[in-house]
Amino acid sequence: MTKADVARPAGLRAGWLAGGVVAVLVALIAGLAFGSVSLPPAGVAAELLNLLPGVHLHSGLTDREVAILTELRLPRVVLGLLVGGLLALAGAAYQGVFRNPLADPHLLGVAAGAGLGVTAVISLRTGAIGDATANLPIGVPVAAFAGALGAVALTWLLGAAGGRDRSPATLILAGVAVSSFLAAGQTYLMQQHVETLREVYSWLLGRLATAGWHDVLIVLPYAVVTAVIVLAQRREFDVLTVGDEEATGLGLHPQRSRYLLIVAASLGTAAAVSVSGLIGFVGIIVPHTMRLLAGPSYRSILPLSVLFGGAFLALADLLARTAGGQAEIPIGVVTAFFGAPFFIVVLRRSRGAS
Amino acid sequence: MSDRAIRVRDLRVRLDGNLIVGGVALEVARGEWVTVIGPNGAGKSTALRAIGGLLPFTGTVELDGTPVDRLPRRERAKTIATVSQSPTVPPGMRVLDYALLGRTPYIPPLGRESAADLAAVDEVLESLDVARFAGRRLETLSGGERQRVFLARALAQGAGILLLDEPTSALDIGHQQEVLELIDRLRAERSLTVLTTMHDLTTAGEYADRMVLLAEGVVVAAGTAREVLTEENLAKHYRVRVRVIEGDHGPLVVPVRG
Repeated sequence: MTKADVARPAGLRAGWLAGGVVAVLVALIAGLAFGSVSLPPAGVAAELLNLLPGVHLHSGLTDREVAILTELRLPRVVLGLLVGGLLALAGAAYQGVFRNPLADPHLLGVAAGAGLGVTAVISLRTGAIGDATANLPIGVPVAAFAGALGAVALTWLLGAAGGRDRSPATLILAGVAVSSFLAAGQTYLMQQHVETLREVYSWLLGRLATAGWHDVLIVLPYAVVTAVIVLAQRREFDVLTVGDEEATGLGLHPQRSRYLLIVAASLGTAAAVSVSGLIGFVGIIVPHTMRLLAGPSYRSILPLSVLFGGAFLALADLLARTAGGQAEIPIGVVTAFFGAPFFIVVLRRSRGAS
Repeated sequence: MSDRAIRVRDLRVRLDGNLIVGGVALEVARGEWVTVIGPNGAGKSTALRAIGGLLPFTGTVELDGTPVDRLPRRERAKTIATVSQSPTVPPGMRVLDYALLGRTPYIPPLGRESAADLAAVDEVLESLDVARFAGRRLETLSGGERQRVFLARALAQGAGILLLDEPTSALDIGHQQEVLELIDRLRAERSLTVLTTMHDLTTAGEYADRMVLLAEGVVVAAGTAREVLTEENLAKHYRVRVRVIEGDHGPLVVPVRG
């Protein structure tokens, strides 16, 4: 730490912001350049710039390559950036409002609640069978949001039953119980509606595979609302770290902030789950890495989680597309592969601290 | 403006259905130091937290003449600052950032610390002799240093009334004296009103202008240290045999074996 740094309040440093933007650009170009057909990264960058108004660069790509780039890969990479950013932001927000380093959209049961909601609308609807979000662009996110809020409320109530001195693990245990319960409900629904099994299953494993922009357009408004609400309150997150009573003494309304932020984070989780299924661990890997690298202030953790979370998921998707040879690996498998060991590390650290 | 900084009448607080504070009345004049004493479970901390607006209560608590429950939260935070008995130490937070939390009531929603907020905190850190720790993580400081940083956060609130719950309970006697002298100096320099709870009766009596003895949620004695710290009062409410000896700055309370 330099001397000038000492005199400045905690917050997002320009260097880290630039690092996050670079990470997003690297993920974007890598995600566009590599795949079943490899394209030269410089040409990809030139074509990306050509999308900006008034720019006309010669990229050296054929028309067919440009079509792969802009119509197949770009929507998928952008969706990865959005979903990854949302999941990481939601994870950081849950960690802040619950003052719990282990909180994560999946471990709290929020994603399972959203999953049950989506499964319910897919299974119970009448009519065309096909792609979930293509057929139900409004119904799926709304059902996901309802399921997500119900699940987080249930987890919170169960976790609070442990009394005031509960450890961080109590809330997570409650989340695991809620997740199992909701997953059981989901399995039951799937069993009862075998005709939609395939559709639900392909969505459930986590996917960014659907081509076209409609998933991006579905998730975008929710992403904007979530990001605006959560990022606007980033200083409140830091005040909340001293606990509710002291935060009250400092003029805050902790419970009111907490409700608002839980709703916002659950909205973001629900939107992400609606379009991409269950992709785990992003909400825990990314915020904790940011905390380790850029410091404990939520004023840097929250915005950096958006950028690095997006980059992380876009790169994980690249791995999912390319590492398995012909068959794609479900992206949820890739993130779990990295996330589960990471979670053990966080668990050990949080036990050491308490 | 009222010359009473704190005026409490018929204060009652229930926690989980149990009546912890059962009708307390007390007043603290502007610039005065009043210390609440009493055996464990007498309701000292609970009463203090209610006066600071941190717990729901019935009765009246007026700060500078305004009922505390009618002050908006941010206004209340500019009027009264509480240092709890063992404040939370947020992991990894630097001393500067911790003290800046005290400026929260001055920072508009969605805003950030202004140059004035930074200057206020610099001045407070300097005055408490903790400016050299500004870049250190709070958890790396010793007990005495931490207590001064907790005070810094409270002073940064710019409030005229300071509530201190057991400000010396974690400190050895040397650091106890150091912190209490510091509070007394700040009280004079910044014309603060101080209401505190304390366990050590002799020390409490040496620094307080007046004392209030609580037992089982009610005031059983109030007045100067000489009036409150009597052998009869302490025998009755602490169930302890003590010898009270006249000291230079008030009575010295010495427990003797029964």
